[in-house]
Amino acid sequence: MEENKDETVVAVNPEAETISEKSGEKTEAEQKEGTTVTDPAKDGEETAGSAGEPAPGEEVPEKPKKKKKKKKKIKKKKKLPPKVIVTENLGVRFRIQEQKVDNLKEYFVRLIKRRLNYKDFWALREVNLKIRKGDRVGILGLNGAGKSTLLKCIAGVLKPTEGTVTVKGNIVPLLELGAGFDKDYTGAENIYFYGSMLGYSRAFIKERFNDIVEFSELGSFINVPVKNYSSGMKARLGFSIATVVEPEILILDEVLSVGDAKFRKKSSKRLEKMMKKGVTVLFVSHSSDQVLANCNKAIILDHGRVIASGKAEKICAKYEEMLQ
Amino acid sequence: MKIFIQNLKKFRFLFWELVKKDIKLKYRSSILGVFWTLLEPLLTMIVLTLVFSNLLGKGDDNFPVYILCGRLLYGFFSNGTKVALKSVRKHGSMIGKVYVPKYMYPLSAVVSNYIMFIISLLVLAGVMVFEKVPLTWYIFQAFIPMIIILIMTMGVGLVLSTYNVFFRDLEYLWTVACMLIMYTCAIFYKVENLKNPGNEWIFKCNPLYSLIVLFRDAVFGRSFENDMYHLWFSLIFSIVIFMLGVFVFWRKQDKFILYV
Repeated sequence: MEENKDETVVAVNPEAETISEKSGEKTEAEQKEGTTVTDPAKDGEETAGSAGEPAPGEEVPEKPKKKKKKKKKIKKKKKLPPKVIVTENLGVRFRIQEQKVDNLKEYFVRLIKRRLNYKDFWALREVNLKIRKGDRVGILGLNGAGKSTLLKCIAGVLKPTEGTVTVKGNIVPLLELGAGFDKDYTGAENIYFYGSMLGYSRAFIKERFNDIVEFSELGSFINVPVKNYSSGMKARLGFSIATVVEPEILILDEVLSVGDAKFRKKSSKRLEKMMKKGVTVLFVSHSSDQVLANCNKAIILDHGRVIASGKAEKICAKYEEMLQ
Repeated sequence: MKIFIQNLKKFRFLFWELVKKDIKLKYRSSILGVFWTLLEPLLTMIVLTLVFSNLLGKGDDNFPVYILCGRLLYGFFSNGTKVALKSVRKHGSMIGKVYVPKYMYPLSAVVSNYIMFIISLLVLAGVMVFEKVPLTWYIFQAFIPMIIILIMTMGVGLVLSTYNVFFRDLEYLWTVACMLIMYTCAIFYKVENLKNPGNEWIFKCNPLYSLIVLFRDAVFGRSFENDMYHLWFSLIFSIVIFMLGVFVFWRKQDKFILYV
């Protein structure tokens, strides 16, 4: 398992960051060092005549030199944005039953006959992530790699079997088209309903109601029950609600892949606007083009493990290689 | 515990939205709409009165009101638990996608039925006026069984909704159980008039019967003094089943997403 040593996404050793930042900065101490460097030169000039031996009666200012040397250790650390999502040794195990048992009779019969067999399937294993505020992280991987499981753990919907997930901030997950929608409710009613699912009051949503309807371009279809919507309409509505409420963390699970080019352009623009405000975005996709367009960092999942992470361009290139 | 209270605060809008949704959608495609909540107990009462009016005897409590008391309370318990039982499975897709405290689903289902129950009490009031049943101060005692039945229904609803996720046929078993409960609730007959007097213990085991007795006392203007057994039994049963429901739900809720 090669964990990329790019510190900003997967930082196992936090000190590694300071080492990388050190090199470019001129710190106070270094400036002082500059002055100490000149001092001996001065001394050198003064004592030039006596070949290094201090002339009698002259003071050699050695003590101040030593004090300044101790101050060398003070480094100014470049302030990185705070960590918003941290997963430590995250693992998710599913117990797959060999046969489907979902009624009482079957359950008791098999219990008595001792035929309840399970198989263990690790969907995620030893996933360590540190995502900072403002990162747009793309998650790439083949089908079944564990992308949706990872997102569900972060969204708080699935409890991990081992490890921990810590999330700081307001999450808005868009894990499926029309996930928070009730089919019989109209679009307008669903806006309030979905908003309340994300934790917002009716008044809050009412203020932004017109924005939502405008962005989704549904027009008069907003009063039609959601069961009659096309998948594109559902995607537009869901996306507009999720982005209008100004989340701190936005999770997108392949929702942008459904939608025509016009919608994709619009959503990219909206995401850009949000990124400037410092919204953290987790973006799952199969297309490295989308990831390149929308993200600055990326990770690749394979069979439940993170096999690569780092800057988007590097990772997308690696992913393309993998696919060959 | 802190997270629990935080969640309650954050999702209180969702709770009321769920309640509203249940009420709005229940009668959306019907003609009568919300009036059906009023009409249904009224029609049942008329049918039962016509069929069983000679079972009660003379000089006793007014029969239609007697029936209605039992019918309304039993109706709330039966509908409330049935809807709660299905609630978690029904919202299965949402459980897997957005984080929402899962107890919201069964509890909001029970509360929406409770609101409809309170609306249907208008029918009771109407029939009381029509049959000239005197209103006494004892009517305020009715709040006690009304609160206890809410707690009991919530508790039973939580237990049923948990196990319905794992065993789909619980729904049918519970329908049969509800029928059994209905016949042992003495809705349209009196326990004293039973042919085999030795079977009275069955009624003492039914907490819903206790609540119906208390409610009837309040409606007909009797104090609870004679029925303290019923009061304590139903109260303790409700609290115990509620705590059991919370415990079972809390323990199993993380597994819902795997089965739903």
